[in-house]
Amino acid sequence: MTENDVDHKRRHFLTVATVVTGVVGIGFASIPFLSSLKPSARAQALGAPVEVPIGSLQPGELIRVLWRGRLVFVLRRTEEMLASLSDNTGDLKDPNSEEKDQQPIYATNEYRSVKPEFLVVEGSCTHLGCAPLEDFEIRPAENWNGGFFCPCHGSKFDLAGRVYNGVPAPTNLRIPPHRFVRDDLILIGQDTGAA
Amino acid sequence: MARIEAEVGTPKGGLLRWIDDRFPLSETMRYHITEYYASKNFNFWYVFGVLAMVVLVIQVVSGIFLTMNYKPSAAEAFASVEYIMRDVEMGWLIRYMHSTGASFFFIVVYLHMFRAMLYGSYKKPRELIWIIGMLIFFVLMAEGFAGYLLPWGQMSYWGAQVIISLFGAIPVIGDALVEYIRGDYSISDITLNRFFALHIIVLPLALIGLVFVHIVALHEVGSNNPDGVEIKEHKGPNGIPLDGVAFHPYHTSKDLVAIIIFLMFFSAVIFFAPEMGGYFLEHANFEPANMLATPEHIAPVWYFTPFYAVLRAVPDKLWGAILMGGAVLLPMFLPWLDRSRVNSIRYRGWLYKVALTLFTVSFVALGWLGMQPADRVFVLAARIFSVIYFAFFLLMPYYTSIDKTKPVPERVVYRA
Repeated sequence: MTENDVDHKRRHFLTVATVVTGVVGIGFASIPFLSSLKPSARAQALGAPVEVPIGSLQPGELIRVLWRGRLVFVLRRTEEMLASLSDNTGDLKDPNSEEKDQQPIYATNEYRSVKPEFLVVEGSCTHLGCAPLEDFEIRPAENWNGGFFCPCHGSKFDLAGRVYNGVPAPTNLRIPPHRFVRDDLILIGQDTGAA
Repeated sequence: MARIEAEVGTPKGGLLRWIDDRFPLSETMRYHITEYYASKNFNFWYVFGVLAMVVLVIQVVSGIFLTMNYKPSAAEAFASVEYIMRDVEMGWLIRYMHSTGASFFFIVVYLHMFRAMLYGSYKKPRELIWIIGMLIFFVLMAEGFAGYLLPWGQMSYWGAQVIISLFGAIPVIGDALVEYIRGDYSISDITLNRFFALHIIVLPLALIGLVFVHIVALHEVGSNNPDGVEIKEHKGPNGIPLDGVAFHPYHTSKDLVAIIIFLMFFSAVIFFAPEMGGYFLEHANFEPANMLATPEHIAPVWYFTPFYAVLRAVPDKLWGAILMGGAVLLPMFLPWLDRSRVNSIRYRGWLYKVALTLFTVSFVALGWLGMQPADRVFVLAARIFSVIYFAFFLLMPYYTSIDKTKPVPERVVYRA
């Protein structure tokens, strides 16, 4: 065969077809590997909702629970705490919880909770995920009505987990899906169906 | 292909001849070692490439022996590291070699990169060497980050939490991506397991491959030198650059001195200050990971702090992440940002000298600031130094093109 006999058009077509087929094949072959990196069935099962008994929780008391390995605060707010929430609104970035992803629809209210008394909020700073510390002492000199403070980069949140202006955290603390199974039992991680 | 013996004229037989007929052993040795000519005026800045290779070997060997006792599970990792430190004979030494080696890796790599900036080693025709080198730097950062999670201490856990959260700043896909990286809803046993796989096989494999390519590319175009002139332009009658000396035995014997001095420093740290006052191994990492409480003060290990300071200097989450990424990526474009006609700082004007000094001061200052708590004064300082850092790169096309340069000599300047 001489150089003149080569059908370059056909050769080009075959080269492109082979490359495309190969790339598509590699694409499909990569699916099992990439899928194996997703949360496994066990991780999902361990991420199941958790029940939190709140019968003995006193006003002003906070408990920490883990849901999906994440820290969740359950705070029973006092009357004074609830009353202070409306004083903060001027200093807050998103006082009316307009950022939709940060709370379920039933917690989109001024208390950011199902029952005003009980705040269920993720203890994970929306900046870079550090765990905020609670600081419920009221210090009028510092304009502090009590709330949460992140030790890593100084973000501040009020007693409804709403973020203050001028701190690095972009949004309010996240409210996880939750519901009251009974008056003294909260289910965190699920908000529909029977308990 | 011409017979080797015909070229050299020395008859040889036996095993070497047998191998050479089947594999280019002698040819490779000559091309890369005994007949690779590098400039005779190398100064001490030129030892850090070899030292980086030495640290790589130390890390691979000590790492292999650590895996023989380490357990990559959230339940056992912390205890297995303590077991290595206390019960495995000489285990403490191997562990400290590895943890100290990580910091020394970055020390020599930062100095190696600074050398390139001093003498314009990234400029034409060495752009690709520089790009491959930057890729090595990125892989090294990933390697250091993945490795830091493995002891499963407080700083391992919360440091990883902060850095992985950065990906959450990406709009739309951020949250899903973070979950995919962790393989779980939080940093867990699963995350630890996959970081272990990355740390001991994926990234080291990439690292070794890139180092190989880095050297092949270097030997193709030839090494730069402190004068930044091409030694290949003046060759003797035998075709050897007049200013070049063979890598072996001349440069290797000089490198051996450097390696010995380096190992003295390295051993001093391992034996007398393995934690380096909390800089090489942070104090909080001697407590097991606790997902209920963040340590009071979180800072990455020192080699990440310049970039971390940039992140914290920006009051917005997404922009902070973008600028931090920019600070890491920008040096990659140096070959095209630098418009100067000369390579070496010896023949550059005062503008570049001032710029490089300001840049160096900013980099060190950002590194220090990244370790401090995020107080108002520190954040303000970090903002100023971040601006200088970015200005060094972004204004470079301007100030390097108007800078007054000195005449460059034809051949290297050699003071014996």
